[in-house]
Amino acid sequence: MQVSKEISGCGLTGFLHKKGKKISGDLIVTSIANMHERGNGLGGGFAAYGIYPEYSDYYALHIMYEDNLAKKETESLLKENLYIAYEEVIPQRKNRFISNPPILKRYFVKPKSSSSPDDEIVKEVMKINLYIKGAFVFSSGKNMGVFKGVGFAEDIADFFKIDEYKGYIWIAHTRFPTNTPGWWGGAHPFSLLDWAIVHNGELSSYGINKRYIEMFGYHCCLLTDTEVVAYLLDLLIRRHKLPLEIACKILAPPFWDEIERMPEEEKRLYTTLRAVYGSALLNGPFAILFSFKDGLVGLNDRIKLRPLVCAETEDMVFMASEECAIRAICKEEVNIYVPKAGEAVIARLGNA
Amino acid sequence: MLEVDAKGFDYKDLNRLIREKVAEGERHFILRHVNGQRYVGAGIEEKIKIEIYGTPGQDLGTFMQGPEIVVYGNAQDGVGNTMDDGKIIVHGLAGDIVGYAMRGGRIHILGDVGYRTGIHMKGFDKKNPVIIIGGCAGGFLGEYMAGGIIIVLGFNKRGPIVGMCLGTGMHGGVIYVRGKVDTFYLGEGAVLKDIEEKDYKLLRKLLKEYCEDFSFELEKIFDHPFQKIVPASSRPYGQLYTT
Repeated sequence: MQVSKEISGCGLTGFLHKKGKKISGDLIVTSIANMHERGNGLGGGFAAYGIYPEYSDYYALHIMYEDNLAKKETESLLKENLYIAYEEVIPQRKNRFISNPPILKRYFVKPKSSSSPDDEIVKEVMKINLYIKGAFVFSSGKNMGVFKGVGFAEDIADFFKIDEYKGYIWIAHTRFPTNTPGWWGGAHPFSLLDWAIVHNGELSSYGINKRYIEMFGYHCCLLTDTEVVAYLLDLLIRRHKLPLEIACKILAPPFWDEIERMPEEEKRLYTTLRAVYGSALLNGPFAILFSFKDGLVGLNDRIKLRPLVCAETEDMVFMASEECAIRAICKEEVNIYVPKAGEAVIARLGNA
Repeated sequence: MLEVDAKGFDYKDLNRLIREKVAEGERHFILRHVNGQRYVGAGIEEKIKIEIYGTPGQDLGTFMQGPEIVVYGNAQDGVGNTMDDGKIIVHGLAGDIVGYAMRGGRIHILGDVGYRTGIHMKGFDKKNPVIIIGGCAGGFLGEYMAGGIIIVLGFNKRGPIVGMCLGTGMHGGVIYVRGKVDTFYLGEGAVLKDIEEKDYKLLRKLLKEYCEDFSFELEKIFDHPFQKIVPASSRPYGQLYTT
């Protein structure tokens, strides 16, 4: 038999319903499957918002365990610090292409101490990822969740019964790992609280970014560069309360010669941002989509080394690596918008 | 003429079908509901015509040596990657790296193109590839260009006609831009030159064919002056390892 190998890059796609209408996971699966060739079966994943209305006040922890010991240790830690309203194994379907899945559970929790529940949850997630061998938190947001693993995205979707969930924002990823391992924890999206991110590219600034956020109590444990961006978003937007637009300009700032040509006030702003947040700059090729409970954002690196296209209808906003992934699910005739390098495309809920 | 409904077709099956039918003597294909299938027309040497309705996938017409491909819609990344001869007409926009390492033939795009159009484009002797863009181009246009001609018309622009690092590292070929190019867009190794009468003669000849493809009025194009970008040197790195 002839062995053929695709030379490709990761693929990503996502959409948001502006009025918050919940849409079946079937749609995102059709979209990502249309870019099958962009992945190589070593990682696929989804994030969905609005999927746990019955527990919307609780943080939904999706946790992967490599063995029962990790599960036991984690559960005793959880019980110590969190009130658990409900827990269960994440529902699964047998899929012949998905082998040796880890133990996958979800817990709907609230911190026992309530001064700053978000910070408490971040602390718990970091503790589990850092100190418990073989336990990794996939997601920890409210009314959202990440489903991911080793396999083609469409097989991972079947395995996690993605078709049975309904969300008002979905993002998806098909992975083609190049320089980090293809394992369950390394599949995209990466997530913390309600931030979730999918990425095509490599972050050559990973080391700098990782050391920078360690100062703020974030620890990268998932062996893949993209993880660091989820934590940067939490730091810049939630903790430092920076506007989304500014956070994007920190991740992909204008070049110094562009800053030089700006009007005085802008020049001061961007010079300050680059000075204060230089260590949060993402270097290397990337196209990312990130989502949170109120929106979806697409962003390219500053010299456009990865593809990203967008489209908008009256109700929906779509973003993907390739136009075909949007056409596959958007039946209306839409114009395709191609953002420039470093230009953030921001879609917010309720922004009709 | 063979009409194919490509909906749900895997790209391998679609391309295999085309190649088999070409071998049987078919010369005209109409592909409907194309959506993301890669490599359409790849490596085909025969002078066939492929009309595509929908959005063809990456590397449309890659390595091809003769076909004419017409896309009634947008194209994605890598249109005409390393194509040798033939023509690609896109009635829409195209993504990044249009005409990557192209060495012959024509690419006519009605709308905008992405980044790195004409990167590593080359020409020699009678081989002189041409890319004409009706809209605007992203950054790194003509990067490392070694030959051929790129023309950017800048219709329906929402921003600058060209982007950063224009012609970076170019050492052959020529880029024509309709409208004004700010010098800060010029990349290392590229310079702006005054346009001459012989340039307009060449532009007129090349754009006549472009206008026929899109039923566009030729005179409308010449309502703005053109600017020309050429390499500062034909061997910019000739002394790099010798001094």
